[in-house]
Amino acid sequence: MIDTAQTSQELDAFCSIPALLARNAERFGAQTAYREKEFGIWQSWTWRETQAEVRAMALGFLALGMARGDYVAIIGRNRPALYWAMVAAQSVGAIPVPLYQDAVAEEMAYVLEHCGARFVVCGDQEQVDKVLEVQENVTCIEEITYLDKRGMRKYDHTHMNWLEDVMREGRAAQTRLGPELDKRMAELTLDHTCVMLYTSGTTGKPKGVVLSNRNIIVTSKNSSEFDNLRPGDEILAYLPMAWVGDFIFAIGQAYWTGFCVNCPESAQTMLTDLREIGPTYYFAPPRIFETMLTTVMIRMEDASPLKRRLFHYFMEHARDVGPKLLDGKPVGLGEKLKYAIGNVLVYGPLKDTLGLRRIRVAYTAGEAIGPEIFDFYRALGINLKQLYGQTEASVFITQQPDGQVRSDTVGVPSPGVEVRIAETGEVFYRSAGTFESYYKNPESTASTKDAEGWVATGDAGFFEESTGHLRIIDRAKDVGKMADGSMFAPKYVENKLKFFPNILEAVVFGNGRENCVAFINIDLGAVGSWAERNNIAYSSYQELAGLKPVLDQIQAHVEQVNDSVAKDKMLSGCQIHRFLVLHKELDADDGEMTRTRKVRRRIVEEKFSDLIAALYGGAGSISTETEVTYEDGRKGKLKATLEIRDARVHGVRAQQVAAQ
Amino acid sequence: MRDIQADDGYMTADGRKIGGVAMELRNITLRFGGVVAIKDISFDIRWGEIRAIIGPNGAGKSSMLNIISGFYHPQEGDVIYKGFKRPRMRPYEISRQGIARTFQNIALFEGMSVLDNIMTGRLHHMKANLFQQAIWWGKAQREEEENRAQVEKIIDFLEIQHIRKTPVARLPYGLKKRVELARALAAEPAILLLDEPMAGMNVEEKEDMCRFILDVNDEFGTTTVLIEHDMGVVMDLSDRVVVMDYGRKIGDGTPDEVRNNDEVIKAYLGVAHE
Repeated sequence: MIDTAQTSQELDAFCSIPALLARNAERFGAQTAYREKEFGIWQSWTWRETQAEVRAMALGFLALGMARGDYVAIIGRNRPALYWAMVAAQSVGAIPVPLYQDAVAEEMAYVLEHCGARFVVCGDQEQVDKVLEVQENVTCIEEITYLDKRGMRKYDHTHMNWLEDVMREGRAAQTRLGPELDKRMAELTLDHTCVMLYTSGTTGKPKGVVLSNRNIIVTSKNSSEFDNLRPGDEILAYLPMAWVGDFIFAIGQAYWTGFCVNCPESAQTMLTDLREIGPTYYFAPPRIFETMLTTVMIRMEDASPLKRRLFHYFMEHARDVGPKLLDGKPVGLGEKLKYAIGNVLVYGPLKDTLGLRRIRVAYTAGEAIGPEIFDFYRALGINLKQLYGQTEASVFITQQPDGQVRSDTVGVPSPGVEVRIAETGEVFYRSAGTFESYYKNPESTASTKDAEGWVATGDAGFFEESTGHLRIIDRAKDVGKMADGSMFAPKYVENKLKFFPNILEAVVFGNGRENCVAFINIDLGAVGSWAERNNIAYSSYQELAGLKPVLDQIQAHVEQVNDSVAKDKMLSGCQIHRFLVLHKELDADDGEMTRTRKVRRRIVEEKFSDLIAALYGGAGSISTETEVTYEDGRKGKLKATLEIRDARVHGVRAQQVAAQ
Repeated sequence: MRDIQADDGYMTADGRKIGGVAMELRNITLRFGGVVAIKDISFDIRWGEIRAIIGPNGAGKSSMLNIISGFYHPQEGDVIYKGFKRPRMRPYEISRQGIARTFQNIALFEGMSVLDNIMTGRLHHMKANLFQQAIWWGKAQREEEENRAQVEKIIDFLEIQHIRKTPVARLPYGLKKRVELARALAAEPAILLLDEPMAGMNVEEKEDMCRFILDVNDEFGTTTVLIEHDMGVVMDLSDRVVVMDYGRKIGDGTPDEVRNNDEVIKAYLGVAHE
């Protein structure tokens, strides 16, 4: 009882991010709060300096006329000053709305208009240009502020400011505006909106998810305690600022716990910067872990025979012993000794190269991760775990506790979260992190969150009886039925396909049909490197994707997946009968994927309907023409003739089809 | 037509202030044995402007650039730089006069990293003696840190952080060109000479390079003289254009003036036989 009383007191005292900043400046004043690599050197700011910077910025915003309840769009890559801009906006009672920096102007226009942003804080000229383009139609934007001055000199500055100037004006106005700022900060409560994040929207237009201070702070507190995060931890902030995870990790948990946020020099230097910082707490989507593993494997192929043999010998041992050691299971002395030697010779240096040596807690989420990939990192002694979450839950729904980690579950409900499975198989949750509402969209709010606060995740899953861990099968709306009534779960099959390094993306169709077919995207990195080693020449993605030896390999992968799917009674109908390798990579610019790189199934189905018809039609090849969008927004046409292949399938139904 | 004789400079259409004359070339003639590469050419370069030299192959553009840089000394005519007539110079004097350049064929140290290559651009800013350099002590250390800071600013400016430590030989062509520009900028030149900065680039690389040239001029106020064949690029970028053909000057003025000059059209498109 005393505990909860204390907790609620603590929460009341630190009920906003600015309040937490003030606490940290007092409590951890001289410790590093932010680091950013600039000019080749890690520049750092202590909590006290951070507070001063944020205050100057907030005063500057006041001077520009920022009012309570204003929406402030923030667009740019992860940089301390942009994080400060969010906290500064909160300090004056406004609501930060971080946007995806790689969004094209058109997508940005929708969000800026929907939230009625009066202020926009841009990272650099590129973003300012997009906002100016948007401004032709969206009239709500009044003031643009930018961080990087380069190329900005000739712009009309009547309603535009360099962030540094804003801060300078803020400092100068301290006496005049200081009391007003203090008053506004004191007004903030747990029920005030902390941030508004637009969901990438796998279907339809993006929705603005309103998250209150309570959502963010309680969730950050619970999850920080779950993993024993502490001041002195280090994270690398490199994922889009518009993504809820980045907000929770780099602001929520960082401010609650008081750990240090490191910003990379540029997107391309991320892996080098990771290595220099050596974070202790790390999040990456499966794709990044996959890329890192692929790089290691490619480099080992090129290593000297001695090194290669050493690597494989010790890795085999690590796969056996590493996870057990992590989970605290009993391990023989001899094996421990061998692992220690391996650690000196292989694991240690490898972790160092990857920048993962100091990791205490690492998470992956968003997509299923291949068991081999997952086990590789666990084998090295990296505490990689999975979590399951979404924007509407302030990230956390379930997560894996230390010692109970597996690649095929997403863990137990996070502290303070209730989870139930509906009769339809859909997963529902209720927690303090549950979002307030969708902005200006009561219908969607009502259809997602019921009166008792239960939120539909849209995912189908079940609890494993033996362990109490949640397993996710697929998006609930994607789970369908085959013509013969057996279950159709495309994601389940796609994930199995994607676990092959050669396959970047797969889309399986078959809802309501006799059998399943698939589109495949090859991984240019992996297949390209294989082609190079085997002296196979190619000039483009399209050409590589159409080569016979490549198709042979993909066919082998598809058949392997069929073997494994056939073993699962419930899903054996999902074996892939025919497939083709697409002539272009699915791309967010073409609308085929979301900005977080999730396939938009319906759009792909519509856009490539001719290919699907051919897959079911029985032809051996198909000619097609596809519109593509280049990075600068221009459009072009891509023509190709694609080969369609039949894959071997198993089981009774398969034989029937073969007989036809 | 604007009066370019006035010594106080002029304002460009996009609001940049162009200063007085930085260099004046008077009746320049350059011969290689019996071959006359440049015949009696005069023009000037003003502080802060982007000045283009265009012309068909073999017109003498690169030779002109070499005269501006001081690498060639013309047989006839005078080069007036910063108000003084420039004498024939020794190589070390050439490098110290504040004129840096990039080359038509990339001339980087292939085996060295990008960072080291750019640092060579600052060699003449390093004054420590051999002994100090060898044990990296006192002045040598201080100088290197100062120079590195300057180089890092340029790396940041040209967005090449990710290849800082990469050997130049491993870079694609477009990036090599950018590194060359970085090295030239590292010398903090008063005048920057670019010999076909966009040759062999694809559209995207060209766009990037254009932006960098404009940004350099905008940010550092660097006077830029460039040779380029892509007319779209030249007309967009430059404030004034000199047109050469067979060693002669056949046009000089703003992009619009040059575009409508009959002789220029003839030189570029050829003349129909009557």
